[in-house]
Amino acid sequence: MSEKVGVYICHCGTNIAKTVDVEDVATWAGEQPNVEIAREYKFMCSSLGQDLIEEDIKEKGLTRVVVASCSPHMHEKTFRTACERAGMNPFFFEMANIREHDSWTTDDKPAATQKAKALTKAAVDRVVHNQPLEPIPVEINQNTLIVGGGIAGIASALELADAGYHVYLVEREPSIGGHMAQLDKTFPTLDCSACILTPKMVDVGQHPNITLLTYSEVEKVEGYLGNFSVAVRKKARYVNEEHCTGCGICIEKCPYKVIDNVFESGLGVRKVIYRPFPQAVPKYPVIDTDNCVYFQRGKCKACQLFCPTEPNSIDFEQEDEILQIEVGNIILATGYDLFDVSKIPQYGYGRLANVFTSLEFERMVNASGPTDGKIVLRDMETPPKSVAIVHCVGSRDENYHKYCSKVCCMYSLKFAHLVHERIPDAEVYNCYIDMRTPGKGYEEFYNRLLEEGTHFIRGKVAEVTDVARIDKEEGKLIVQVADTLIGKQRRIPVDMVILSPAMEARSDSKEISQLFKMGCDFDGFFVERHPKLDPVATMTDGIYIAGACQGPKDVPDSVSQGAAAAARVVSLISRGTVMMEPVRATVNQEECSGCRICNTMCPYNAIVFHEDRAVSEVITALCQGCGTCVAACPSGVISGAHFTNDQLFSQIEGILWDVHSEPELVTGD
Amino acid sequence: MSEHFEPVIVGFLCNWCSYRAADLAGTARIHYAPNMRPIRVMCSGRVDPQFVLKALREGADGVMIAGCHPGECHYVEGNIKALRRFILLKKMLKQLGVEEDRVQIVWASASEGIILAEAVNKMTEQIRELGPLNWNETVLGGGNGHGKPAPVERIPTPEEV
Repeated sequence: MSEKVGVYICHCGTNIAKTVDVEDVATWAGEQPNVEIAREYKFMCSSLGQDLIEEDIKEKGLTRVVVASCSPHMHEKTFRTACERAGMNPFFFEMANIREHDSWTTDDKPAATQKAKALTKAAVDRVVHNQPLEPIPVEINQNTLIVGGGIAGIASALELADAGYHVYLVEREPSIGGHMAQLDKTFPTLDCSACILTPKMVDVGQHPNITLLTYSEVEKVEGYLGNFSVAVRKKARYVNEEHCTGCGICIEKCPYKVIDNVFESGLGVRKVIYRPFPQAVPKYPVIDTDNCVYFQRGKCKACQLFCPTEPNSIDFEQEDEILQIEVGNIILATGYDLFDVSKIPQYGYGRLANVFTSLEFERMVNASGPTDGKIVLRDMETPPKSVAIVHCVGSRDENYHKYCSKVCCMYSLKFAHLVHERIPDAEVYNCYIDMRTPGKGYEEFYNRLLEEGTHFIRGKVAEVTDVARIDKEEGKLIVQVADTLIGKQRRIPVDMVILSPAMEARSDSKEISQLFKMGCDFDGFFVERHPKLDPVATMTDGIYIAGACQGPKDVPDSVSQGAAAAARVVSLISRGTVMMEPVRATVNQEECSGCRICNTMCPYNAIVFHEDRAVSEVITALCQGCGTCVAACPSGVISGAHFTNDQLFSQIEGILWDVHSEPELVTGD
Repeated sequence: MSEHFEPVIVGFLCNWCSYRAADLAGTARIHYAPNMRPIRVMCSGRVDPQFVLKALREGADGVMIAGCHPGECHYVEGNIKALRRFILLKKMLKQLGVEEDRVQIVWASASEGIILAEAVNKMTEQIRELGPLNWNETVLGGGNGHGKPAPVERIPTPEEV
């Protein structure tokens, strides 16, 4: 085999040239077998550098090109395109990463130069075995699946639907709205949360381009960018959505009440047939079968009896449905959970009645909440005269979550403001570690609170207790805190304590990430493709993330991410087709022994077994190109395009060019 | 063992996590031993045990296989397949007289440049201690060379079990 390889060593200004003797590498490379020409140049990625490659391909008849420069994740595409412009198949190009993997990692010039030679030699030896490949065009299905109907999901859905594309919005709860629907006011503008959210929810509910699947969960995801096939379980509501008008008479007539632990955070009650909140979208109620007397004991049927629709909307025989939907892209906006504050027993939640969580307080101050907006103690009547708000409960804590939950400072300030507003003579103490208020109008809001007379205590709360040491502590909750600004321990007697818990990843985020075949980090938040430059894409093509499932976020950030993810999807849809890397496996069916070992290796079920001919075959459209089957095939008849055994063995030989010694032939005695 | 022995380690890095971890280590200018020479594969599951043997035979003193953390594989569970092969391969290498530390598996996510760099440093140090592999003597020379082959574990017959 004789190929004409052009080798180009990049200086990258001084980034590479400072530690790698580029002239030496280039001279040496020029002497290697198959190498037609070797050059070094200041910036290979510049247009002049690319011209150099193009001219050499045309004038010297190069058949292969190697550029030793930065990471292929940086400029592989640039150089492949340059080769293509000069009429060469882009897969006849190979890159040696002598910057990120070499020059930037050491000051040892001889060692760096030696490593650069090894990496270059590996690329040269590999590239002669490269095959010409064509990118695989994939058509993009115009439908999009959005998982999660909180504000991020709603923002995405409306953006896409308004652009004219169909959206399936899947929500686990009976209504969309997410956490934002539970909030009273939004910081720092103090708009009523429901007033700005519910019109959006109604838009979603009425939009002709949105299929709303509430009380539903994604069960199975198959396929790849452009062509996902998703199974959604639509749980039985026991209410026929076609007939129900949402009049609410069934709810009124239902004789049983239970504590609402979801929407009202345990502070309020709801009926057994219920709507999470009056403005719920969709308006259809749902029967909570765990508490329904009919489902438990076979008697009652009050809802059915009083349902005025014809035919009757209550359907006790309804069953879960599995819907199969086809979409091109998926946006995950699954939101967050709140840290369980009872994990920190010294704060007394669950033991001391008047210790509340932020969400409980949020429901309490909400005019449509269980206390009609009155701030009261657990007895539901006495207004507190003093309130302590504890920041960073579970955040910035080595024992729980190391990260800052980002929104707690702001909503804790909001709480302080609301207490001042509702109970003008109440004392409010905010115990914080650091006050973090970055954002438009946020710092101004903090200043406003300083003027309103909130007591700010800089220090982590050690304990909340009801054990009094002096008379004025009797009957109070005592907040023990180290005030780091005055350098003293303080015991502050208050009537009410509000804990601001960390935002954490959904408890099932690991399973979700596996379901959608994308990554999540140690904290359970989904991992973006690039933390700065690609924050809503994931490593899996066609799957995007938005909102707090990626990390703690406030409403404006969630909305921006929702819209950003939608924009990414629209850009793919309007392109119509995308080109996929042709890194795919194929089975040589002539030589396949039919052992079926590869069948179980494939995580995408892309390998089928033909019983009649007793051979396996890779379905190219499903293959993602990981190469696990290639490595597993005992007969060595599966070939992984662009990562063939020939290519990799040659690369191994090349990378060890300087240490290789011919084994002595062992001859029989 | 020569005093100035610098081991050569071949690293098989998966495209999604560990190759990017190595990219990040470079971008963050984390200095580490230049002894590991990386080869990119799409997934650690692509690492055929033959690649490891080939690298050792071609003169490498050690081989590092690096992939995404279990549960975070870009291809769902390719890294688990890699781990299973690795465990079997280690048994075989032991019988050939290749010391355990010479072939290692490392998990490093795309954000863990420091973990990859530290793993390379540690492995380089371990192999520096072990000295050159000398495949020709150690393995081809019937196991009488530098590394002492471990006694072959006899697989118990079904009756014995």
